[in-house]
Amino acid sequence: MSREYTSSEMMSVTAARALTNGMTCFVGIGLPSEAANLARLTHAPDVTLIYESGTLQTKPEVLPLSIGDGELCESALTTVSVPEMFRYWLQGGHISVGFLGTAQIDRFANLNTTLIGDYRAPKVRLPGGGGAPEIATNAKEVFVTVKHSKRTFVKDVDFVTTVGFGRDGKARDNVPNIGQGPTVVITDLCVLKPDPETKELVVTSLHPNVTREDVIEATGWDIRFSGQLATTPEPSAQELEVLRDLKAHTNAHHASAQAG
Amino acid sequence: MAEFLSLQGAVNRHIRNGDTVCMEGFTHLIPFAAGHEIIRQEKRDLTLIRMTPDLIYDQMIGAGCAKKLIFSWGGNPGVGSLHRLRDAVEKGWPNTLEILEHSHAAMACAYEAGAAGLPFAVLRGYIGSDLPKVNDQIKFIDCPFTGERLAAVPSIRPDVAVVHAQRADRKGNVLVEGIVGIQKEVVLAAQRSIVTVEEVVGDLDAGVNACVIPAWAITAIAEAPKGARPSYALGYYDRDNSFYKQWDGIARDRDTFLAWLKNNVFDQNAEKGVA
Repeated sequence: MSREYTSSEMMSVTAARALTNGMTCFVGIGLPSEAANLARLTHAPDVTLIYESGTLQTKPEVLPLSIGDGELCESALTTVSVPEMFRYWLQGGHISVGFLGTAQIDRFANLNTTLIGDYRAPKVRLPGGGGAPEIATNAKEVFVTVKHSKRTFVKDVDFVTTVGFGRDGKARDNVPNIGQGPTVVITDLCVLKPDPETKELVVTSLHPNVTREDVIEATGWDIRFSGQLATTPEPSAQELEVLRDLKAHTNAHHASAQAG
Repeated sequence: MAEFLSLQGAVNRHIRNGDTVCMEGFTHLIPFAAGHEIIRQEKRDLTLIRMTPDLIYDQMIGAGCAKKLIFSWGGNPGVGSLHRLRDAVEKGWPNTLEILEHSHAAMACAYEAGAAGLPFAVLRGYIGSDLPKVNDQIKFIDCPFTGERLAAVPSIRPDVAVVHAQRADRKGNVLVEGIVGIQKEVVLAAQRSIVTVEEVVGDLDAGVNACVIPAWAITAIAEAPKGARPSYALGYYDRDNSFYKQWDGIARDRDTFLAWLKNNVFDQNAEKGVA
């Protein structure tokens, strides 16, 4: 059975499926937020979503533009201060999954959201770390979702804002009280997972109608493929309907100028 | 004890050229009216500290108020870059801007340590990150009990804190509701504080565990209705997301930005409210 969907929809649905009921997810803005809320509105109604603005167990009806939109606070179980969020809830060990996006990712799943080029003379200045550096080490595991391109998937990131497995794949070795790091990377072409030994990202599943060549072409290093390469299941009609409905709601909400 | 002043009077009296100023409000209750008043009064050489610089610091940096920025996430949330910040960092316009960047966790801890009167904050942070290589405020220490290596950053103790809140009572006690961010911490960490409020009321009507900042912990209060727009004040008005999107076009070009600044800041006054 085949149905019409875009590669972006394929990515969001696949990312959403990584979350399950019972997980407590610290959600980044953008693609992770879309995927996390899609999970909550489909197969994982009891997933707990937490945003760094302090909103615990939030259930927004439209996707927030910023991590502090009023919608997040008003639909949350409770809202705590930002120091409490990072100290008690994240550092204290209550987050099972950190769900992050990025501007650059390298073969050891290090993330760069700081800048392109040299730090003192940047070609492009990006927003910076935000919550990610500590989400990536204090959450029990990390999911990353990002669009696949040669600009994004680089051999070595220009700057390690947020550690995956370090420049050599060993950054987490023998470090006490640290999460296991990125366990899955979901793109619009495929799913990647770190090799259990080397921690280098390996393609484990290709999305339907995507070829190995497509992935090789969009990756800035000599990408490896799993021996048991799978095909990612297509989105269901229900997942697509919920996702499209959520995005339509969100666009309408954010386009409307505020009165008064 | 909090003194009720006009916004013009509060900024004039309590913010001096060269001060270290924290204008906080984590994605909510961002004190835009106060930021515009600082621009109008042409304060200069400020060290601006804020976790999420947002449009407010983009405007102040573009207007030439800042010499240094300490921050942890400098973007237009959900939209893209802060073009005035980038222009200052990448091209030195309208002046060079020194930056020092942290993670959110470190800054939140640094504010809390400032409020607690401690010289530094400790956290399990910055592991494997390049940020300590470019920010000499980030150090590592060994826990004296377990030996675990932990990050340490200096506490934030600014000259002035500026925050916005929903309301004050007539004695100057302030209620903050919703995403309370680090409002209380920054006020307690600062030498002086200016709190702008949507309204002054007879009774705060606060729950027993509400986030209330007592009058005797605040320096000045100024009434500034809609003082957080285009950010929002829970219970009063919503975030103007469409303006956040429009800002991308306004801020991208220096002349467009300067025209916006003239019409919406310099040709306005604090009493007219935020454009």
